[in-house]
Amino acid sequence: MMKSDFWRAFARNKGAVLGLVILIAIVALAAFASFLFPGDPWEMATAPFQPPLSEDALLGSDMLGRDIASGIAHGARVSLLIGLTSTAAALAIGVTLGALAGFHGGRIDDAIMRFTELFQTIPNFVLAVVLVAIFTPSLTTIVAAIAIVSWPPLARLARAEFLSLRTREFVQAAITTGQSNTTIILRQILPNSLSPIIVSASLMVATAILLESSLSFLGLGDPNAMSWGYMIGAARTVIRQAWWMSVFPGLAIVLTVLALNLVGEGLNDALNPKLARSRG
Amino acid sequence: MTRRLSGIPASVQRGFRRGVHRAAAAGLLAASLAIPGTAALVAAPAMAQETPVRGGVLNSIVQPEPPTLMLGLNQQGPTQTVAGKIYQGLLTYDRKLNPLPSLAESWTVSPDGLTYTFKLYQNVKWHDGQPFTAKDVVFSTSKFLMEVHPRARAVFSRCESITALDDHTVEFKLKEPFPAFIQAFEVSSAPIVPAHLYEGTDYRANPANNTPIGTGPFKLKEWVKGSYIQLVRNEDYYKKDLPYLDGITFRVIPDAASRSLALESGQVQQTQYSDLEPFEVPRMKTLPNVTMTTDGYEFVAPLSWLEINHRVKPLDDKRFRKAIAYAIDRKFIRDKIWFGLGRVPTGPINSVVKFYDPKVTTYEPNIDKAKALLDEMGLKPDGKGVRATVKLMPMPYGETWTRLGEYLKQALGKVGISVVLESTDAAGWAQRVANWDYEITTNFLYQYGDPALGVARTYISSNIRKGVLFTNTMGYSNPKVDELFAQASQENDPAKRQEEYSEVQRILSDDLPVVWLLEMEFPTFLDKRVKNANKTAIGVNDTYEDVWLSK
Repeated sequence: MMKSDFWRAFARNKGAVLGLVILIAIVALAAFASFLFPGDPWEMATAPFQPPLSEDALLGSDMLGRDIASGIAHGARVSLLIGLTSTAAALAIGVTLGALAGFHGGRIDDAIMRFTELFQTIPNFVLAVVLVAIFTPSLTTIVAAIAIVSWPPLARLARAEFLSLRTREFVQAAITTGQSNTTIILRQILPNSLSPIIVSASLMVATAILLESSLSFLGLGDPNAMSWGYMIGAARTVIRQAWWMSVFPGLAIVLTVLALNLVGEGLNDALNPKLARSRG
Repeated sequence: MTRRLSGIPASVQRGFRRGVHRAAAAGLLAASLAIPGTAALVAAPAMAQETPVRGGVLNSIVQPEPPTLMLGLNQQGPTQTVAGKIYQGLLTYDRKLNPLPSLAESWTVSPDGLTYTFKLYQNVKWHDGQPFTAKDVVFSTSKFLMEVHPRARAVFSRCESITALDDHTVEFKLKEPFPAFIQAFEVSSAPIVPAHLYEGTDYRANPANNTPIGTGPFKLKEWVKGSYIQLVRNEDYYKKDLPYLDGITFRVIPDAASRSLALESGQVQQTQYSDLEPFEVPRMKTLPNVTMTTDGYEFVAPLSWLEINHRVKPLDDKRFRKAIAYAIDRKFIRDKIWFGLGRVPTGPINSVVKFYDPKVTTYEPNIDKAKALLDEMGLKPDGKGVRATVKLMPMPYGETWTRLGEYLKQALGKVGISVVLESTDAAGWAQRVANWDYEITTNFLYQYGDPALGVARTYISSNIRKGVLFTNTMGYSNPKVDELFAQASQENDPAKRQEEYSEVQRILSDDLPVVWLLEMEFPTFLDKRVKNANKTAIGVNDTYEDVWLSK
């Protein structure tokens, strides 16, 4: 597919463009957090309970006098970092297992799918809470927990793609020319099955950010990393006295997740042009 | 600053509080001369103003729901508040921790401090109609509590004999003097249980545990699990015309916001201990229908501190611990994290406890001094300004403690001590602290009215016991401190005792085995119609025999 085609298809979806703009803004905020808000976001920089638009706290300060704006900027790093790395990890597990199952079929497929179903029967969030609680909260354990609860849909998707592609002529041809299984999986089938996987991965980043926020909200975040979920969780108790402590980080989460979803939809349109045209 | 005891003029109260430590010594002397009936004197001004009326039901909160109401078997906070109306101890204590009559009408202490004799009230009946006698006291203290009550065992094992001289007189003979003994008869420390139901049975499996039978002014009528505990008036109570109330209902309200609402709407007329979160207190204080006090917790007198493992370098160096103390602003902790609840401590003894001495080394926030101490130790800042890295595991007891951990990380970071926060659940925390598997943690302990009962246990080297929580987990050992605590616990002369405790406070405030953070206070909210409640050092855990509701 040509690049210009891709962009044209993507840009046809106005929502997607808006999402992309918001997302770029958030990435920029995360990237320049130390420049915009030098110093530690945990620093008790000003008086506690300062309302928004006060002198040295644009979005107000929290119950210990920490700057909410600084927390949001530095929190963006944690949220994006966790969203991306845990999705990458989930992709690695999910696509590998799905590819093996779909390509080999038979007993291997049965075994892998039963294993996947085992994970699918346990509610995502509950499992994530249990994992993080057992392995003590830190960035690594949170990423691992989110990846472990998020891979099964990816595995099923990859399996479906592989199942349908492996009977196509080009795969048959590759088999006849004596290419190894690994080569066929990686170089023939995988590139052709990527579009739906990319789309669902982009949505998964949003889910991962939400999961991380929920964990932090419950006090299961990394105690050394400032995150949006933590900010809301800590501010929840004083919401009647200080709305701004939970509203702004809440908005940050809403915007990020919304942007990711819009972008995901745009990707879907761009990568499945037939579908998009029939709709538009 | 709304410290108000219902019915006691403000001037008297202020006098009470200022005189706490000076009067402490006099208190013990007075006890040895048998002083029954001081409660009546204290309460007198209230009676003059308003005449109590019979009737009405007091509604309060119990949170969390207690596992049992058998106070002898379970002494968790909520159990104490409810069961303190059903069971009684021999004594209760005034705000200055001087003994007052409860089941014992009067008492004497022999001049050598070895024999304590209690005269019990006549005509006391158990809720099942059986007479209460000295036999019940002997059974409770020499058998029942010795087997099932951790704190009581440590105290009553000091007795050579416990005997009933007649049906209404009990005599405790001690092996050696232990003046803190008189503080050990509070209802949760030594609840008196019915011998006729428990003698010769398996105490923990006795069916009577489900239907608590006590001597108190209120009886258990109904306990709907998850909903409420209903107590009703004991018609056969041994004090004429008491209690005034028809009953007390404790509602189980697990949700914190609903608890505030219950008080706000007048659904309950009393909240206590941690029923309301500290951040709710400033708002609730302004409600027109309630009063707030932090009095009534003198007996438990909680003190919180940074518990520091001396087995880890550089935490074993007292200069390092002093640097920590200088780096922390305790007023900030009190005002911003506890929303004004509590007092800034000076040393190991809570200022409301006997033998407190404020003349010790204190640590005002001073970043320069902290840095100078670290420099002196040779801990120079590296490229990032970090001199040392320590791990802090905040107590997992809710929001407030988490905030405290975050504050400490920042405050210590300012002097170059980098803090890594570790989070755990309650069970994991208890396990790790008890087994010395920590560097720094936050903790608080109750002091139970006397340094010998609630303070010494943290600092004496004989109490370095691996696997046991609330011991000397730091591994602090100072023979002089051991000696002074031992001497003071056996010293009959209050003046000498004060000297010994003063010296030990001076040594500890310089050695700084732990860094004291806050003398914690709990808020008690009372509807303005509730009279005579919360008058003693055990506050809301007392019997409420003379509490009444105005119309």
